[in-house]
Amino acid sequence: MLPIVLLSAFGILLLFLGFLKSRAVLLPATLLFLLVSLAVNFIDWNKTYLYFNGMLLTDNLSMVFTAIVLGSSFMVVALSSSFMEDEAAQPAEYYGILLFSLVGAIMMIGFENLIMLFVGVEILSVAMYVLTGSDKRNLRSNEAALKYFLMGAFATGIMLFGMALLYGATGSFTLAGIRAYAVNPQVGLSLLFYVGLLMLLIGLLFKVSAAPFHFWTPDVYDGAPTLFTAFMSTVVKTAGFAALLRLLSVSFGGVYTFWWTILAIITALTLVAGNITAVYQNSFKRMMAYSSISHAGYLLIGLAALGQQTKQAIVFYSLAYSVATIAAFGVLLLVARQRNAETITSEGNSSESFDAFNGLARQNPLLGFAMTVSMLSLAGIPLTAGFWGKFYMFSTAVERGQIWLLVVAVLMSAVGIYYYFRVIIAMYFREGATAPIRVAPFYQYVLVVATLLTIGLGIAPGLLEGLF
Amino acid sequence: MLTLALILFPAVAATLLLLVKGETSRTLAFGAALIELALAAYVFVGFVPDAKTQFAFDYPWIGSLGIRFSAGVDGISLLLVLLTGLLTPFIVLSTFNRSYSRPSVFYALMLYMQAALMGVFTARDGFLFYLFFEAALIPIYFLAAMWGGENRIPVTFKFFVYTIFGSLFMLVALVYLYYQTAPINGAPHSSAITDFYNLKLTPAAQGWVFWAFFIAFAIKMPVFPFHTWQPDTYVESPTPATMLLAGIMLKMGVYGLIRFILPIVPLGVEAWGTTAIILSVIGIVYGSIIAIRQRDMKRLIAYSSFSHVGLMAAGVFSQTETGLQGALVQMLAHGINVVGMFFIADVIFSRTNTRQLDQLGGITRTTPKLTVYFMIMLLGSVALPLTNGFVGEFLLLHGVFTYNHYLGLAAGFTIIFGAVYMLRMFQKSMFGTPSARTESFADLTGSESWVLLPLAFMVFWIGIYPVSFLKVTEPAVVNLMKYIGTTAVSLK
Repeated sequence: MLPIVLLSAFGILLLFLGFLKSRAVLLPATLLFLLVSLAVNFIDWNKTYLYFNGMLLTDNLSMVFTAIVLGSSFMVVALSSSFMEDEAAQPAEYYGILLFSLVGAIMMIGFENLIMLFVGVEILSVAMYVLTGSDKRNLRSNEAALKYFLMGAFATGIMLFGMALLYGATGSFTLAGIRAYAVNPQVGLSLLFYVGLLMLLIGLLFKVSAAPFHFWTPDVYDGAPTLFTAFMSTVVKTAGFAALLRLLSVSFGGVYTFWWTILAIITALTLVAGNITAVYQNSFKRMMAYSSISHAGYLLIGLAALGQQTKQAIVFYSLAYSVATIAAFGVLLLVARQRNAETITSEGNSSESFDAFNGLARQNPLLGFAMTVSMLSLAGIPLTAGFWGKFYMFSTAVERGQIWLLVVAVLMSAVGIYYYFRVIIAMYFREGATAPIRVAPFYQYVLVVATLLTIGLGIAPGLLEGLF
Repeated sequence: MLTLALILFPAVAATLLLLVKGETSRTLAFGAALIELALAAYVFVGFVPDAKTQFAFDYPWIGSLGIRFSAGVDGISLLLVLLTGLLTPFIVLSTFNRSYSRPSVFYALMLYMQAALMGVFTARDGFLFYLFFEAALIPIYFLAAMWGGENRIPVTFKFFVYTIFGSLFMLVALVYLYYQTAPINGAPHSSAITDFYNLKLTPAAQGWVFWAFFIAFAIKMPVFPFHTWQPDTYVESPTPATMLLAGIMLKMGVYGLIRFILPIVPLGVEAWGTTAIILSVIGIVYGSIIAIRQRDMKRLIAYSSFSHVGLMAAGVFSQTETGLQGALVQMLAHGINVVGMFFIADVIFSRTNTRQLDQLGGITRTTPKLTVYFMIMLLGSVALPLTNGFVGEFLLLHGVFTYNHYLGLAAGFTIIFGAVYMLRMFQKSMFGTPSARTESFADLTGSESWVLLPLAFMVFWIGIYPVSFLKVTEPAVVNLMKYIGTTAVSLK
């Protein structure tokens, strides 16, 4: 609970810091705030508490998820030094909003009550709508924000409707109350219950961009400033999956037979839609958007095959995915800034295309290596964290005997290799006019840490286990 | 512990090598490879010829899942460990007359590759094996794609996607097998390969597990019809990478057949083994016939390698002791021969700038040393008695012949066809009238001789006294055969 309080206070503090003449203090302050929140997050380690009249839970699992979210935010913020160079930008506000949005994410991770879930989702989403549109003079950013807002509002509405129906059926907003109803219904489960569950699921699946609710993702990810795309594709996704995991494992574990087929079909759809479409992209950023859809698919495998391993699998996968994604976007930020050839075609910004990476590794071995490791991890090649993430997911499916889902996932990971390797090929084997890119030391540390984390978890995946 | 050193030493050496700039990295890489060879030789000499796993190392890796970092050497691993240790220094040495851009990265990748190969051949845990099996691909991919020929990008990409695609099926099979094992030491399941051996799978499950493994290994070797990536990749890769691919990496597939398919799914082999042998035999004949028509030396050797590996696969699936023994010895022998052949092709290319047979000829006039070494390697490849190829191919053919006379007969064409395409290559390149390109052909330099001399020595050693190698593999093979026999009976 402490992180929530602290982050809210820090957010307000940041807004006031914005009045200072010197902007240089903002970035270190934000990083410090995030570090403090990350540290206090672990105060309740190995204890389980209910806060706010039993509406919010902290246990080891929720703390681990919170740590992933805060850690990812720390890395994203650390990559944001380019903000300072833009005179017209309002970094204080963006950092403030970022911290506020984390409050929402943490509520989604630990909610004990559907109302809390709704509040969390809304805090996170509204912040995201704003951040997506924060590149005010860019038409695509505006378009993305509007799209995201309209679609998001609609999805939230459906979710709220679902909650209301669930309340009607069960007479309770709490997870425990719904569970009690689902496990031991007086006169059979009512139709309201099923419809409510489905609508609630749709709302959340929209947030994590699962097919067929994914259509907003490419445009929004592409239009948003790259930094916030990185934030969205890691923090929002992790929080969304933490919420889905809580919801399904705590309240609806008893009616697994009802929802698993639906979820399995959605999983397969997501995997196919994400991976196949990613192959046809010419813009790296759009490819990453579809890749994020496909990773939602892999994460969903763990939910569709809910079991003993699911917790472990989702935690590991979110961590591996977040770290690799942030490193990839970090490199993209640098490359795109250097290119700076703001020619926008129907396929996106040319400085964010695959061609922009041509010959990158020759002049910038560090950037090339960081990008390669992150692509290998996203593709699930052994010795990277991504491999074990996929491994855990596949194991859950086998444990439940969902071999067909596994086959789809395996075929799609083979497809995934194709588009992730396009970047590697461009960087190492193609000739390009890339000059050495100056990378600030701190920026370098972030990339190095992300790379080491990816390789480290790939060699010793056992490090994370037994925590929760 | 020694096994761990075998795996880790090249990896650590490679990482340190990255810090070195310039041509010194080559000498350092050679030194590191020699140390690794000494380690491998020590393992070979210290190995007690029985069926047990020796020099083992075992450490919990993902404790909660029962996945262990466990590695060790048994009779089946031993020759491949030796092969990997033996060939790498000579492959490094073979580059002493070349200069590659960014040499430290080049040699570091070769040593990483060696580490991964050692891991593949010593892993005693299914997932550890898979990890190294895949990890070996990354250095070789970069070696081939960064320093390769003109058409390297699409060719190596096809190679990479093709092989990864195959291995993913193996991953599915491994995960499936893992979930069939009983709880052990507090973990829910076990992924030790020996625990996979004790599974009692239904015939239907054995069928699909067989195919999942077979596709992975068949692509790697390659077996017909999964070979389409191979000739192009061999030709486009820089020669050291081709040597690694043909000399060592394709053995990962054959090794996998022996280590996984035979003991884990004996009923699957019973049902589909004949199909696999037929595919292999098709590969033998098809590869040979294409090799006869080749004009490019490197491509010719690539097809010959494809043909030879088909025979190894057929021998393994014959499930006879001679077939398995033959496959193990032939893996060692073929590795030596093919590295020697690719090296000679590269020597000729470096002097004449062509690999086209019709532009060569008349080289023998000025090159006594090269001619002799070329002839020795060639005779090894065509399986002349008293050379290494003979021992392996004889045992393999004996195995296939015992399995089925007609298949044995068809597989026997490999010797005739082998002689045809190899001697044709020798005649076209070495004899005849010199062309403009070969007129001033210089004989082997010192370092080049030093690559070929030990290889030629091995050709004769294995050919004349194969017992020193057969005796170390025999207990393990006998044990495996006994094992397959009893499991197959108990399942019926």
